[in-house]
Amino acid sequence: MQLLNEKPKSLLDVQMHYCPGCGHGIVHRLVAEAMDELNIREKTIGVAPVGCSVFADHYFNCDMIQGAHGRGPAIATGIKRSIPESIVFSYQGDGDLASIGMGEIIHAAARGEKLTVIFVNNAIYGMTGGQMAPTTLIGQKATTCVDGRNPEINGFPIRVCEMLATLDGVVYAERTSVHNVAGVVKSKNAIKKAFQNQIENKGFSIVEILSMCPTNWGTRLDNPSEATKYVSESMVKIFPPGIYKDVSAK
Amino acid sequence: MYQGIRISGFGGQGVISAGVLLAYTGILENKNVSFFPSYGAEMRGGTANCSVVIASDEVDTPIVSSPDTVIVLNEPSLAKFEPLVKPGGTLIVNTSLIKTEPSRKDIKVIKVPCNEIADKLGNAKVMNMVALGVFAKATGAVSIDSIAKALPKVYKKLKPEVIELNVKALQEGSKLA
Amino acid sequence: MAEKQLMKGNEALSEGAVRAGCRFFAGYPITPQNEVPEYMSWRLPQVGGAFIQSESEVAAINVIFGAAATGVRSMTSSSSPGISLKQEGISYCAGADLPFLIANVMRGGPGLGNIAGAQGDYFQSTRGGGHGDYRLYVMAPNSVQEMFDFPKKCYETAYQYRVPAMILADGTIGQMMEGVEINWPEIDPKTIAKPSWSLGINNGRERRMVGSYDLRDGMLEKMVLERVKRYKQIEEKEVLWEEKMTEDAEIVLVAYGISSRVALAACRIAREKGIKAGLLRPITLWPFPKKRIAELAPRVKNFLAVEMSLGQMVEDVRLAVNGATNVNLFAKPGGSPIFAEEVYQAIETIVKKGAKEYATVK
Repeated sequence: MQLLNEKPKSLLDVQMHYCPGCGHGIVHRLVAEAMDELNIREKTIGVAPVGCSVFADHYFNCDMIQGAHGRGPAIATGIKRSIPESIVFSYQGDGDLASIGMGEIIHAAARGEKLTVIFVNNAIYGMTGGQMAPTTLIGQKATTCVDGRNPEINGFPIRVCEMLATLDGVVYAERTSVHNVAGVVKSKNAIKKAFQNQIENKGFSIVEILSMCPTNWGTRLDNPSEATKYVSESMVKIFPPGIYKDVSAK
Repeated sequence: MYQGIRISGFGGQGVISAGVLLAYTGILENKNVSFFPSYGAEMRGGTANCSVVIASDEVDTPIVSSPDTVIVLNEPSLAKFEPLVKPGGTLIVNTSLIKTEPSRKDIKVIKVPCNEIADKLGNAKVMNMVALGVFAKATGAVSIDSIAKALPKVYKKLKPEVIELNVKALQEGSKLA
Repeated sequence: MAEKQLMKGNEALSEGAVRAGCRFFAGYPITPQNEVPEYMSWRLPQVGGAFIQSESEVAAINVIFGAAATGVRSMTSSSSPGISLKQEGISYCAGADLPFLIANVMRGGPGLGNIAGAQGDYFQSTRGGGHGDYRLYVMAPNSVQEMFDFPKKCYETAYQYRVPAMILADGTIGQMMEGVEINWPEIDPKTIAKPSWSLGINNGRERRMVGSYDLRDGMLEKMVLERVKRYKQIEEKEVLWEEKMTEDAEIVLVAYGISSRVALAACRIAREKGIKAGLLRPITLWPFPKKRIAELAPRVKNFLAVEMSLGQMVEDVRLAVNGATNVNLFAKPGGSPIFAEEVYQAIETIVKKGAKEYATVK
């Protein structure tokens, strides 16, 4: 018998707590595969956020730190500047990165910190139970906007990649998704590139990954395609996948 | 011995640098010293002032509330600091810029045209040194020689000829005390 | 003995930290502590260290959270409003057992307050300050010399017990200049082994985790209680204070930082006038010298706390005295300086006029 695929070494053999249909497990695996393939596990330090992926420090098989809500890029800055030869990634959700931690992500990017940021955007607060996120779509229902996001009251969703791409400190900003196989493959390549840039000491890289949250979106748990359809039909219209900046070749 | 000093004038008149120099001079004379500047918002516009203490014992507070000696270099400083001088203390007034007569009768007032003397020496900037020369001679708190020794230690970038000019200003001041 | 250097408090603090092995600083400008980040910005690169001017105090403390997790001797500094902003991060660091140095050059508060020296952050510093059960090791320098000396003791204690350490100074000490004797050898952090818990390049060792949470039933309680064991050791072994003229004192003044110098001058005035006054100066504010105060209480008629606040440390004095004798207060809030003559007046009122439970908030 031939072994075609195995669990990445950079992922611990533990049961994850993520809900059925959630995209975090997929993204975790992609990050771990990238670490394996680039052979950087032993010099990688990950920063876990506050939010659904708070337990990421229990899943990745590398040194991990779990910090305050939204402050991942600041913590990662402290680590990277202390040990410049290490590989540091910050794993963050949309509330963490684009709401409470907006200051930290923008300034880490503006400083051109040599970091890899994995940003999982599922347009909702998951851990706290489905409140409106900074990336919640207009009309999308959440427990703090029960009739759907109303721009008159709640303002508009924030496009992180587009915004960060304007900063000179950013080397690479790409948005992908994990709602279908093509998206997963693209996500993997983007994550790998974001790490590769750091290995080559190039500068700040961010991959924004559109992901599913069936539990808090209220889509059917026994039919994950309802959630993936929400990504392909609604989310990508507001958050179009693509490379927003790539000056890594320069 | 204890000598509490307040120096006050416009920003740019060398108030802070004179205070730091005086404190360092105290160190050279093996005294306990403190220097405390007005800082922050007060730095901009109006007057700058500082407190200096030179003492044989430990210094309690660096903020001198009733100074033995006050050096005022501009008009607003006179109004602000004349009332603080300890009875029997000394007030050194830069008459080049202060036209108001001091009103206190219970203190010693020394009037010196610091700017004119500095101008005659060829550099208006040394007017603060003229005032320090007056101070050293009038109070005996530190010697002119010690101030001269402290100068190159505090202001390491000064050229020898500039130091010489400063020393000359100190000496001119001491003649007027 | 080397010639004394004339140094500003904030610069002495910075140089003292660097000589004590500090190799990482993150901070944000705020008066009256600006000389600290300014000094560190050029000094740290000279010794191969890193300096970051962060976008906010919130970011600064989290940059330090990351740096401290790698075992590097790190430092942040601020003044009162900025320290309030850092509290969340300090709590996380305390919860993750990370040692680092934080300096608070206090100014008048609450709110924006003013920029003068004050002592209104005593509660915040000695009770933890942020959320949850934790303590900081808090040292209160009262001279520029101690600004230079204390970072070393703070790092030693912080690393030994894995707690954040704070230097609680104020605008007066930060801004004043005094003679400083540089009288201890510089520490090269390369000669100190990286702690067993520090994150980094792992070269095949077991992976390490740094964090402040445990959601499993009862596990957080266990984690906190483990930490408390170290707190108890600190309370037993690391209390520092200084006494002057307390042997025969009928009134003992208790004051820290710049106030202690004024209080000592007031004691001297009192002695000249025949009143036996003495001073107890807490050098560590947490742990507080409560045992020593309790020892003195039965034979001292009066304690007098002298503070540039509404009276905060006085509560620790009262707890230590525990009703054994009178505890009085001379307090001045709002960043106004205290002078020896007015403190002496308080001593006279208490001792000569027999005022009980005297409390002046000037």
